[in-house]
Amino acid sequence: MGWLPRLVFRRLAVLIPLLAIVSVGVFLLLQLAPGDTARVLVGAKPATPETLAAIRARYHLDLPLLEQYLYWIRGVLQGDFGRSIVTNQPVTDVIAQRLPLTLYLGTYGFLITVGIGLPLGIVAALRRQTGLDRSIVAVSVVGVSAPAFATGILLLYVFGVVLGWFPTFGPGRDFLDRLSHLTLPALALAFSALALVVKVTRASTGEELDKDYVAFARARGLSRMRVIGPYAVRNALVSITTAIGLVFVYMLTGTVLVEVTFALPGLGTLLIDSVQALDIPVVQALTLMIAAFIVVVHLGIDISYAVLDPRVRYGRAAA
Amino acid sequence: MTSEAIALGGRPTVVGRRLRKRFPLLVGMAFAIMGAVVVCALASDLIAPYDPNQQNLSESALRPSAEHLLGTDQLGRDIASRVVYGARTALVGPVLVAVGGFTIGTFLGLLAGYLGGRTDSLVMRWVDLMFALPGLLVTVVIVGIVGGGYWMAVALLVVFFSPSDTRIVRGEALRQRSLPYVEAARTLGLSRRRIMFRHIGPNVLPIVLAYVFLDFAFALVSLSGLAFLGIGVSPGTPDWGLMLFENRNLLFRNPAAAVAPGIAIVATAASMNLIGDWLYERSTGRTDLRS
Repeated sequence: MGWLPRLVFRRLAVLIPLLAIVSVGVFLLLQLAPGDTARVLVGAKPATPETLAAIRARYHLDLPLLEQYLYWIRGVLQGDFGRSIVTNQPVTDVIAQRLPLTLYLGTYGFLITVGIGLPLGIVAALRRQTGLDRSIVAVSVVGVSAPAFATGILLLYVFGVVLGWFPTFGPGRDFLDRLSHLTLPALALAFSALALVVKVTRASTGEELDKDYVAFARARGLSRMRVIGPYAVRNALVSITTAIGLVFVYMLTGTVLVEVTFALPGLGTLLIDSVQALDIPVVQALTLMIAAFIVVVHLGIDISYAVLDPRVRYGRAAA
Repeated sequence: MTSEAIALGGRPTVVGRRLRKRFPLLVGMAFAIMGAVVVCALASDLIAPYDPNQQNLSESALRPSAEHLLGTDQLGRDIASRVVYGARTALVGPVLVAVGGFTIGTFLGLLAGYLGGRTDSLVMRWVDLMFALPGLLVTVVIVGIVGGGYWMAVALLVVFFSPSDTRIVRGEALRQRSLPYVEAARTLGLSRRRIMFRHIGPNVLPIVLAYVFLDFAFALVSLSGLAFLGIGVSPGTPDWGLMLFENRNLLFRNPAAAVAPGIAIVATAASMNLIGDWLYERSTGRTDLRS
């Protein structure tokens, strides 16, 4: 077996049990909601004895908890999360309708974060202790301090209301229209994560630049660009990759805040609306999706470690 | 402090110059802003021109004027007064979260760092797990569905904030445990508990203290985010995050109603971050934070 499948198997052996544990917690959300479970599942509809009995039968509420869980998880593995309490549609359909917008927003925001954060961090590291470096750091301090919804409101006011450069409402229709509608949300989403990327890139690139091999390569006559790109930045990428994992977690939260701020009909607003309406099947599905997403991100990070750092490939852990 | 900086391998001259340069300007401003926030929280009744909950529907969503410095919101409540009163929840919750996270983090970090072995790997596995979770979303789901309101949200955030402190304290404790004074204490036959909490603890404290400020800033951002999402503070409370949510549709009629609390959050959090960064540099002589 090559190193890649071996690595994937080894990580999955840890991550899949973890997901199983999370799924138990997610399943229990239904039991933890205040009040009689069947009534919670009926929602706002009139709770006649017949509907209650039908719900009990459909969700196997009269069985012991363990059996309920097994029924539930079997459905989940087949993509069946039950029906939304509010709209009575299958949960998978509800999510499928909302997913494209959130994917678009998340990808857009992520590209901005990395596309701006990485170069800024490298520039700050190259020009350490100068005015440029200090202003980049100052902006990133503001970024860490600015919650996505506050940035969102400020951007909306300045660029949407005062300058009128961008639309202030709605998700847009086709790809290009959406691009302009989602620019402000994506910027708001990117801003706080950006700060993290800048900080880590600056710190780790700076650390690499201080190392002897850089001084040696420069003394040997290699040009500045040859040393920085292929050597210093490449070595710094190992720590930066870790930060990218955190960026994804940041962005999960950020997307929810930004979607609510800009009233975008994505998964984030769906989560908040469902929590407020106690639409538990939808919340369960979204929570599991988030957990699965995090697992995939971590798997991706482990793989990129191995790609970036050959020591990891041959079984020796990276520092 | 300078001798400590040298002992830890810092570059005292560069750091010294940077500190002298940085204190008067940015950090001074940060302390001034924090002072203003604390005064607002303590003396809200004296400073605020109006009762923050006084509704007046005939004065709905007015633009700023001499009478209402920041205008009014949809229900005719005075924005300036609500921003002043908002300083209260902006301090109480984050202080609790920062101090709670600090206490748990220091305890677990000292245990993991000094005892090592199985305790260490157990604690660190917990830390890694918590780092992978989006704490705010978990809090939204749990508080939203199970209930518990504001205090539950604060308690959950304490749990989600302690891992970062744990990691810092553990790292410092690891570094300290091989220093001569720890060895001396061990030779004297002092108990492990005494070495951890009476000897290593105080030496680790200055660095962790910097993180208390950073935690405060992030806790403010998180708690106002929760309020914005309708989790935690009860409706009607003058809270900056909640105000942003309530007034986000007034951008055309009275933008100050949404912009002012937003600026209050960012300014307060940025001040605490700056103070934390500054304390960190002072206590370690290192400049690269949170790397």
